Amino acid sequence: MHIVVCAKQVPDTAEVRVDPETNTLIREGVPSIMNPYDAHAVEEAMRLKDKYGGKVTVISMGPPQAEEVLRQAISFGVDDAILLSDRAFGGSDTLATSYILTNGIKKLDEQEKVDLIICGKQAIDGDTAQVGPGIAVRLNIPQLTYVMEIVELNLEEKTIKVARKLEGQKEIVQAPLPALLTVVKDINELRYASLPNKIRAARFKAMVWNKDDFPGIDPEQIGLKGSPTAVRKIFPPPERGEGEIIPGGMENPEQATATLVEKLVKQEIIADK
Amino acid sequence: MAVEISKKKCIGCGLCVQTCPFDALTLENGVAQVDPDKCTNCGACVEVCPTEALALDEPQKKMSKEEKEQVKGMTETAREMSEELTKYKGVWVFIEQLEGEVAPVSWELLGAGRKLTDKLDTYLAGILLGDGVEHIAREVFNYGADKVYLVESPVLQHYRTQPYAEAIVNLSKKYMPEIILMGATTMGRDLSSAVATKLGTGLTADCTELDIEEESSYLLQSRPAFGGNIMATIVCRHRRPQMATVRPRVMDMPVYQEGRQGEIIREELGLSEEDVAVKVIDFIKEKGKAVYLDKAEIIVAGGRGLGSKENFKMLEELANILGGTIGASRAAVEAGWIGAEHQVGQTGITVRPKVYFAIGISGAIQHLVGMQTSDVIVAVNNDPEAPIFNVATFGIQGDLFKVVPAMIKEFRKQLG
Repeated sequence: MHIVVCAKQVPDTAEVRVDPETNTLIREGVPSIMNPYDAHAVEEAMRLKDKYGGKVTVISMGPPQAEEVLRQAISFGVDDAILLSDRAFGGSDTLATSYILTNGIKKLDEQEKVDLIICGKQAIDGDTAQVGPGIAVRLNIPQLTYVMEIVELNLEEKTIKVARKLEGQKEIVQAPLPALLTVVKDINELRYASLPNKIRAARFKAMVWNKDDFPGIDPEQIGLKGSPTAVRKIFPPPERGEGEIIPGGMENPEQATATLVEKLVKQEIIADK
Repeated sequence: MAVEISKKKCIGCGLCVQTCPFDALTLENGVAQVDPDKCTNCGACVEVCPTEALALDEPQKKMSKEEKEQVKGMTETAREMSEELTKYKGVWVFIEQLEGEVAPVSWELLGAGRKLTDKLDTYLAGILLGDGVEHIAREVFNYGADKVYLVESPVLQHYRTQPYAEAIVNLSKKYMPEIILMGATTMGRDLSSAVATKLGTGLTADCTELDIEEESSYLLQSRPAFGGNIMATIVCRHRRPQMATVRPRVMDMPVYQEGRQGEIIREELGLSEEDVAVKVIDFIKEKGKAVYLDKAEIIVAGGRGLGSKENFKMLEELANILGGTIGASRAAVEAGWIGAEHQVGQTGITVRPKVYFAIGISGAIQHLVGMQTSDVIVAVNNDPEAPIFNVATFGIQGDLFKVVPAMIKEFRKQLG
């Protein structure tokens, strides 16, 4: 079985700061990490490999320094990792990104048939959750998003059964392989890198595929040209309106609390079920 | 010489790169760069730059005949393209229903969609897919739609990406809407991505503001980016429909007008069960109380002010009454009073519940980034200078050990 995992290098959004004067992001000094959801995708692929055998390949699109996340994936024990990197890929929105990654996955498929693709449910920098489904559509295979559990993998019949995390319930669905999953964090606990894998990772040099490795790629569908969406403006988040301090909190806490609770219930902020 | 680029003003949107007729511009590390050998100072980039980061340092270079032709050709293509775009009319809202029950965000979107149609002088429509769902059309009209595009089939009984996406793609190709909106729910995000990819158009996820740009009629799609640190407005200039998903509970509910009339346009799905590979086996209602902070509607969070592990029991009691989930500040987690899975903030989870109770949390910036977009924030703290009061919708300055028990008592009384 050949599993491909899509992983993205992202800035740690928790560390991102905004320059109050220019309202632009301060990019310097922000650490880059593997998108946390993608780490769970890698982990899930490794669990399947531990159970059923086979091969796990991680693929990423990004600048040359994105090799770092591939090294991290190697430290988790994946077999191989490919970086799709070209200046012509720069500025791609989700539509162009899914097109480029699909080209990469097709190339992997030619080398060794791909049975399953796993992505994180979304990346924490863009938060779009659009690239995984985009790849599934382009490959014309089932997309199973928000997967919280792989219930059954039947390699003989080539089917997969998963639990999807929906609002307030889970849905059990079955699909034929190959299929594409996007996973939520609940699906597993991350493993620690073993020492041999850490050493392997430190020495690892990722194979880099650029535009010229894809003779059939349509230049109109990649990079800025292939991206229908563009940023028009960047501005600071709206400030919160003036709050209301309920008086008497020190002198008469019971009364102040009663006033607060009444407001919350009356304005249906807390609804009476 | 060439066009000058202010690195400070450039937001790396790439519009200039797309516009340049001479491929003189590129993006390097998120900032536009110019190749002076290729730049003709034609000024096309200066016009499109949204932040005035580009300026011409000298009058336009004398262009060769070929270069002039090139610019002319681009202008003509652009005109043809924009003429093609004007064929797309109407604002469509996907009506998300599960077993006949409509997700409220669909109504909110009809409200938001009506504001857009007023500016565009066009019609508002709902897309209604399912099996035996025609009766819902009346509600869609009552919430303000002029039309309902209805596709009914047993194949559409449960949501599955492929048949739902194909239904919308076919409708869109036939009736050419200008805008399609969906809720940023699990279904809406799953579906919109598939539809946009099939249509080869742009999609903006998780918008919190929508508007129409006056001169261009573009849909201005604003959304938080980089973990809510900044807002970005996205446009889709050359492809139609323009697609966006919108967060639930962001847009106002429209006025409900009983007996409003509209037109139902019925289409066939053209798929049978054998055409759909994915099978829905079962639905399981979630029981138990796993920590789903990112999805919680009500969060009761405690901080350093609680003072001990035992005191978190008090918050649990309050959370139980409200059907809420327990959150915590880094201080409380690091003190070992509660597990890290409850941590809200920079190093924890970013949350956006309907109501966030911050109990004994001072409101360090690292906590605020994780919760300040909550709809309503209730703060209880004995320090009147605590920064948490700056973001609070309601605050009580007082002793939490008196206020929280009083809250428990009052909510019990009010909610029965």
